[in-house]
Amino acid sequence: MTRQVLNTEGLTKHYGGVHALEEADFEIHAGEHVAIVGDNGAGKSTFVRQITAVEQRTRGKIWFDGNEVNFAGPLEAREAGIETVFQNLALADDLDVPDNLFLGREKFLLNLGPFSILDYGGMRKATLDALMKTGVKIPSIRNTIRRMSGGQRQCVAIARTATFHSKLTIMDEPTAALGVQETSQVENIIRTLKKAGEPLILISHNMRQVFDLVDRIVVFRRGRIVANLNKEDTDQQEVVAYITGAKSGNGQANLT
Amino acid sequence: MKNKADGTGGATFDRSKRTLPGELNVFFALVLIVTTFEALGWLLIGDSFLFNTRENVDTFFNEARLKIIILQVSIVGIIALGVTQVIITGGIDLSSGSIVGVTAMVTMSFAQVSIVNGNPNPKAIFLEQGWLDLPIIVPLVIGLACGIATGMINGLLVAYTRIPPFIATLGMMVAARGAAKWWSKGRPISFPTDEYAAIGKGLMPVLIFIALAILFALILKFTRYGKHCYAIGSNVEAARMSGINVERHLVLVYTIAGTLAAVAAIVLSSKNLTAQAGMGVMYELDAIAMAVIGGVSLSGGRGSIFGTVIGALIFGVIISGFTFLKLDAYYQEMAKGAIIVGAVVLDQWRQRRQTLGG
Ligand SMILES: Nc1ncnc2c1ncn2[C@@H]1O[C@H](COP(=O)(O)OP(=O)(O)OP(=O)(O)O)[C@@H](O)[C@H]1O
Ligand SMILES: [Mg+2]
Repeated sequence: MTRQVLNTEGLTKHYGGVHALEEADFEIHAGEHVAIVGDNGAGKSTFVRQITAVEQRTRGKIWFDGNEVNFAGPLEAREAGIETVFQNLALADDLDVPDNLFLGREKFLLNLGPFSILDYGGMRKATLDALMKTGVKIPSIRNTIRRMSGGQRQCVAIARTATFHSKLTIMDEPTAALGVQETSQVENIIRTLKKAGEPLILISHNMRQVFDLVDRIVVFRRGRIVANLNKEDTDQQEVVAYITGAKSGNGQANLT
Repeated sequence: MKNKADGTGGATFDRSKRTLPGELNVFFALVLIVTTFEALGWLLIGDSFLFNTRENVDTFFNEARLKIIILQVSIVGIIALGVTQVIITGGIDLSSGSIVGVTAMVTMSFAQVSIVNGNPNPKAIFLEQGWLDLPIIVPLVIGLACGIATGMINGLLVAYTRIPPFIATLGMMVAARGAAKWWSKGRPISFPTDEYAAIGKGLMPVLIFIALAILFALILKFTRYGKHCYAIGSNVEAARMSGINVERHLVLVYTIAGTLAAVAAIVLSSKNLTAQAGMGVMYELDAIAMAVIGGVSLSGGRGSIFGTVIGALIFGVIISGFTFLKLDAYYQEMAKGAIIVGAVVLDQWRQRRQTLGG
């Protein structure tokens, strides 16, 4: 078995009485692409928010890159090497594309603590490079996010993860608002990551896409992992059966 | 294809169709208002608002009036620079007027002379302690410390208790005013040293305002601090997810706003050569009005220092325009109220149009 990149044990999140995530045992290995599927409200995004420390988990353990981690916040997760496209995109509407790509980790001409001078030229150039590399189409990077279509916003969020080298990429429904062409564009980005050997967690409701892209499929249902299936050993029907609850089982028992 | 370097395809992008920046609109508003007063001047009282009409003075513009306008707005303008930053983060600061009050009282009591006209200073606060004729640095440091402390309390309340900025700074507004009255038990504090009196002399307030405006315009545009102000104001969750330490940033923003209010207090008390507990009453609203008139959006994320400076000028023009037209002071205040509400309505309207893809 190859090296584990991320591993969770008993990961649990309760929002008051809402048990959004229960005892999730999850793992992803070097170079592996894993899909997380499940109905609306199954706990997929909640799982992502615990890993990336956007929220603090109720209990459970997380190992990343060989060490047990307790990120204090999203910046630490990011600095450790986890790049995430959140479902709500996490963009600042009144800023333009380079500002958003580099938000929280700007390039500086001169480091003066909080008053460090921004390197606008460098960030602009890096943005154009990233957009070229990913094939993302944006009419003008000087436009604020507010003036962009839903798909363009999504492209910006995806380009942001592709701009920085990461040890793990997480995409929460990255193609939800995209047209046919843009969707295949994003799928190409994902294939590029695969070729480069970078691991990915993909959350998607699109079965065709999931079966096209990933190696392994993890099914969430009502906050629990109910299946963990190698793509070769399963088909869309079985996955849908797990999603709807027509078939049930323990996630770990299926693999091996 | 000049625009090609700017994007990577998609819909064609015509730079000439880009909407004008908000500041330009505000500038047009300023020109319009000045023109209106000019016209009204000739119509109602047969005199020019902007130009010199006196035979014995050899200038083109009415320099005396222009000076009064900028002098009038400079001190509140300094406060407005800080308020602008607070509003850009999506907050509000109602305490700046009271911070002016308490800072002026405290600072002035450390800037007093011992001898006035050959007699001991009758207003001396620290007569027994003998803290008189102190070097200028003492009142300056103490004054700025007042602003930093009060601003930081605002920031800590807003950032860590999660009470709305409106409430946190309202509390400070009342408390700081109380402190200003308590400091000398309501007595005015007068007779500063010559060095202290020099700070607000002549056109000094204007120079200080302009220098600070340029400094903060550059900071907001070119530093990480500025970028994070806009990021927090436009989407605080996104800012947090991007790894910005939102709480620490907010403390810094409110501290800077408090410090700028303290600078205004120092300039004002120096200019007036006295400090009273009632100093700066309602300045917070004037400062907010300047920012909002200047295009700073009350919902956060949008606006600029340059806009606020023009907003301050509009504010000054309107006030002095009313005086020029010999209208009653009552009308002035009513008009001020109407302008503030009008500016907010305009802001809401602008936002609706933008989100509907205007
Ligand atoms: N902040 C919160 N407070 C309370 N309940 C929450 C919160 N966030 C999520 N939940 C609840 O947790 C459950 C899981 O939500 P989550 O967003 O993880 O679903 P999801 O699987 O990502 O769904 P979707 O496919 O619709 O994105 C839902 O029942 C939701 O209502
Ligand atoms: Mg989700």
